[in-house]
Amino acid sequence: MGMKKKHFERRHLVEGFVKFLMYVAFVIVAGTLGLILWTVISRGFPSLTWNMVSQVPKGGYYMGKEGGILNAIIGSAYLATGGTLLAILLSLPIALYLKAYLGDSKWGEYVRLSLDVLWGIPSIVYGAFGFALMIMLGMRASLLAAIIVLALVELPIMTRAMDEVIRRMPADLEHAALALGSTKFEVALRVVTRQMLPGIVTAILLAFGRGIGDAASVLFTAGYTDRIPTSLMRPTASLPLAVFFQLGSPYAEVRERGYAAALILTIVVLVVSFGARGLSARLSKYAVK
Amino acid sequence: MNLAKPSFIPKSITTEGREIRPSVAARTRQDRAAQRVFFIITLLPVVLILIVTIALLVRAWPILGTYRLSDLLLGETWKPNSGQFGFRPFILGTVWVTIVGLLLAVPPCLLVSIYLAEYAHARTRSLTKPILDLLAAIPPVVYGVWGLLAIVPFVDDVIAPLADRWLGSVSILRVTQPTGFGILAGGIVLAVMIAPLIIAVTFEVFSTVPNDLRHAALAVGATRWQTIRTVIFPQVLPGVIAAIVLGASRAFGETIAVMMVVGNTPTVPTSIFDTATPLPALIANNYGEMMSIPLYDAALLGAALVLLVVILIFNILSTLVLQRMVRRKWA
Repeated sequence: MGMKKKHFERRHLVEGFVKFLMYVAFVIVAGTLGLILWTVISRGFPSLTWNMVSQVPKGGYYMGKEGGILNAIIGSAYLATGGTLLAILLSLPIALYLKAYLGDSKWGEYVRLSLDVLWGIPSIVYGAFGFALMIMLGMRASLLAAIIVLALVELPIMTRAMDEVIRRMPADLEHAALALGSTKFEVALRVVTRQMLPGIVTAILLAFGRGIGDAASVLFTAGYTDRIPTSLMRPTASLPLAVFFQLGSPYAEVRERGYAAALILTIVVLVVSFGARGLSARLSKYAVK
Repeated sequence: MNLAKPSFIPKSITTEGREIRPSVAARTRQDRAAQRVFFIITLLPVVLILIVTIALLVRAWPILGTYRLSDLLLGETWKPNSGQFGFRPFILGTVWVTIVGLLLAVPPCLLVSIYLAEYAHARTRSLTKPILDLLAAIPPVVYGVWGLLAIVPFVDDVIAPLADRWLGSVSILRVTQPTGFGILAGGIVLAVMIAPLIIAVTFEVFSTVPNDLRHAALAVGATRWQTIRTVIFPQVLPGVIAAIVLGASRAFGETIAVMMVVGNTPTVPTSIFDTATPLPALIANNYGEMMSIPLYDAALLGAALVLLVVILIFNILSTLVLQRMVRRKWA
């Protein structure tokens, strides 16, 4: 009896210890997020001025003089919007095709596998690929080239996120529409897309957030300039690279502005991330419950 | 598109007379055409992998044709000006940073995902999801800023003195330079960056185990941890390994954040406090000058190719394992 009791207590001790470790790990992960946000806010906020977001760099900006990073903010907005629109044009048909025609078949699995593999390819490789293409085509670094490469970076993220929600759609709705004589295309466009709109919007915003923060792919393809781009063929600045370049500066004022730029980028990404939740909750009223 | 009205079926009835309904033949033609277009677009992901690989291969061909592959991969000297392109320092830099990142990330990530999958209430889970989503949403360059402002000084002021005092006799832990920049700082930043991925995938893998198994073990008197260790863990082990491999391949390719804290020297690292240049940092650091030196661009795109091939292998293997596990869940 005594021995049995001792055994009983020991495994409960282990249980408690493991649970304690789990709590510690949990606090470390959550705490790290807090630390990151706190670091970026506390260091970025003091240098965040109205001029930073309303002006382009003026003469001597990179030595600490007047100006802002409006060029990078607008540039990033162009890049991420263009990349996301292009990615939607490709992602939505793929996700709908997976749902309507391939389903869980062997070919569906192949397409999903290749999307997952594409998702794993780092953006620096997409950047290098874009660069290789640009050399072959004789293209210069430009807004257009960067938009295309960003769309490739966003494509697997968006498609897989759409696919995950679309494939969970209850079959009843689809069957009802098909039974009434609609074609698969009509079902895909008018039933699936509407019913799954919240998930689709979330997927789009998720990809947008990834696109606006991505630096390695635009490094090769977008170039960098102090002007706001006026055409697709011009190079463009971007927020991530504005952070990166300013942090490498020998001037303390410029580095401080880099921290502020990082704060701006973080705010944009957080707004997009929370906006995705809010928006998808609002759009769900159009879905059949 | 008018969202408010579910216009699909009612429209053709209510608007009869005012709007001509397309014929069945026309709608079928439309369906066929759409199917064809969608099919072609769906081929894109499959083909894109090949196109990226081939494009990099073509651009890297000049250097692959000039030097032996083993000389490139194992060569220690990197002097593009005199035509010496040895990738060894960069490959080892990548390996070191990745291993440090994994060692730091895997234990807490496993614990957190086990907690979420096996212990936590549904409410705790739904509170945790935003935290992990935010960690995944923070852009790499912001991680780099955090690394520069918080981790590099932390390594320099806290970890390096401690290691110097207590662990100086272990060669891979020897403090070699006094800045805080280096593999350890890069590994810490990477660990945080790959954590959301590892946690999410491991959690998913744990949730493929049927509840019957848990109930059976708990019913015969096992504690929860005993259930996890003896019943669940053997079931999920391949998936957990796949999650770690996915994390590793994410770490291989991480560029900006690592580049900002790792020091960027073309040397073979021998200690976690050494500076290094992982492959992505090599590519990103030198893209500006690569067109001015012969074979330099081929060498850098070759580096991207090496990165791509390794990541493709890692990703395909781990994704196949995970797809099989998830399919079993639904089967």
